[in-house]
Amino acid sequence: MTGAILFTSVIAVLLVAGLATLASAQDEPLVGPKPPVAVKPMESHIGNLTGHAADAKSDYRRYCAGCHGVYGDGNGENAVWLDPKPRNFTLATFKCRSTLTGTLPIDEDLYNSIARGFTNSNMPPWNTFTKQQRADLVAYIKIFSPRWEKEKAGEPIKIPPEPPVTIESISHGQALFAKLECWKCHGTHGEGDGPSAATLTDSQDQPIRPYNFAGGGNDSRFKCGSTNQDIYKIFMTGVDGTPMPSFADVIQPNDAWDLVHFLRTLQVHRHGKENVVLMAAHGVIPPYVDKNAAPTAAPADNKAPGGGQ
Amino acid sequence: MRTKKTLLALLIVLVCSSLMFAGTVSGKVTYTGTPVKQKPIDMSKEPSCAKQHATPITNETVVTGPNNGLDNVVVYLSSGAPDDGQVPSQTITYTQKGCQYIPHVLPMHVNQEFEILNDDQTSHNIHPLPKVNTEWNKSQPPGTPPIKEKYDKPEFIPVKCNIHPWMHGWFVVLKTSHYDVSKDGGDFKLPNLPPGKYTITAWHEDYGTQTADVTITGNETKDVNFTFKAKAY
Repeated sequence: MTGAILFTSVIAVLLVAGLATLASAQDEPLVGPKPPVAVKPMESHIGNLTGHAADAKSDYRRYCAGCHGVYGDGNGENAVWLDPKPRNFTLATFKCRSTLTGTLPIDEDLYNSIARGFTNSNMPPWNTFTKQQRADLVAYIKIFSPRWEKEKAGEPIKIPPEPPVTIESISHGQALFAKLECWKCHGTHGEGDGPSAATLTDSQDQPIRPYNFAGGGNDSRFKCGSTNQDIYKIFMTGVDGTPMPSFADVIQPNDAWDLVHFLRTLQVHRHGKENVVLMAAHGVIPPYVDKNAAPTAAPADNKAPGGGQ
Repeated sequence: MRTKKTLLALLIVLVCSSLMFAGTVSGKVTYTGTPVKQKPIDMSKEPSCAKQHATPITNETVVTGPNNGLDNVVVYLSSGAPDDGQVPSQTITYTQKGCQYIPHVLPMHVNQEFEILNDDQTSHNIHPLPKVNTEWNKSQPPGTPPIKEKYDKPEFIPVKCNIHPWMHGWFVVLKTSHYDVSKDGGDFKLPNLPPGKYTITAWHEDYGTQTADVTITGNETKDVNFTFKAKAY
């Protein structure tokens, strides 16, 4: 009697296991390369949220794979129609990071990118997902590159507190914009029409335009966030995979804030504190005078250019 | 005790022989056919560079010398010599001068540190485009300190400057310290090779790769030549 029950249960277990294998086998495409058999147990940590790759599999296939591809290579069925192209997660190169160029972003960077979407691209803001779903998706895209298993994310750059906006800081920012040759791509008025603009390509050899600061009226067009801190991060970390390099080794932290203040004035239609300060100076940015430089010759009269406030 | 002594003796013999019988492979890289004419570069958008060249320089994709010599070919030991993991200690440099990369092709050992210098009066951005190693992109305005970098995996990495689209070069990261770049009309030399059977690979950025097998038995110089077929376009 016990033997018969044991036998039946063994058969039942085998049957269930068999059906399960069959069911999972049917998910696999009949042709083409096989997708990863099991989801790698990757995790993400955002605040006190923990994302698990396995939990994002169906979301990824439902919402992301159409563009980014089932294999994360950016070759989803919609990809041929899109410009800019969907991110190829197998390269683990990301535009919006708070970490230095060449390093992996922190989980929060990816989490924010999913929520924010990418202006001027087909990536919408995925604010319809719950926080947990987004955290799971961050973990899921890590299965596509071995870099996530071998390397740690980069150290987020340190951003000192923002000093007050003054006409001097804007003036210094303008001098930096000229000295660092930002205008070679972005143009003297930040309209994205510098002498090198027409020849730019991204790392996948796709044409790419430099950012036009002057176009549009609000901040939402910044790809990696619209606060002054976000702009600070952009030129310190660089936008990996694009022609925009990192200036972290060549700009001092406080100089960087001056550059942010100047860049804001290039957004001519924006009503920000920087443009208020500029208006107060009658819309004229005085030439920058380096106070630390060795004095060359005393000015002939007392009218130093610009004066100050 | 006896085995120890024998081993020691063997070791001494081995070390001595490798020192005494260091072979050399030398030769010439040539091409057949007609290489594409290299176009002169218009640097008018960067006057500070343009004025450094009395006559406009050309692309360096194919650099030839007399008697069909082919320069900028990386010749290296691709197998036969186990890499001892010894990273060469000398500093190698990659200089941006006259909006040109000098040298055009920079070979290096895995994990060997190299320095990137900007000798120009203009900003460059150094943007190597690796697929296996990690991609980065750094700005280097005039008068800033050298950028120090290294790569941890072997790879042929194209390098470009996005600001000056004509600037192209290569980082060649190898898992051997036996390499040379053909110059002065295609000449190359791989000295200090211990006896052994080797495969030597010659790589050209446009014409591809070729290999040759060579056996070094003692203190000798073996002649190995490579001939690439020039691409018509």
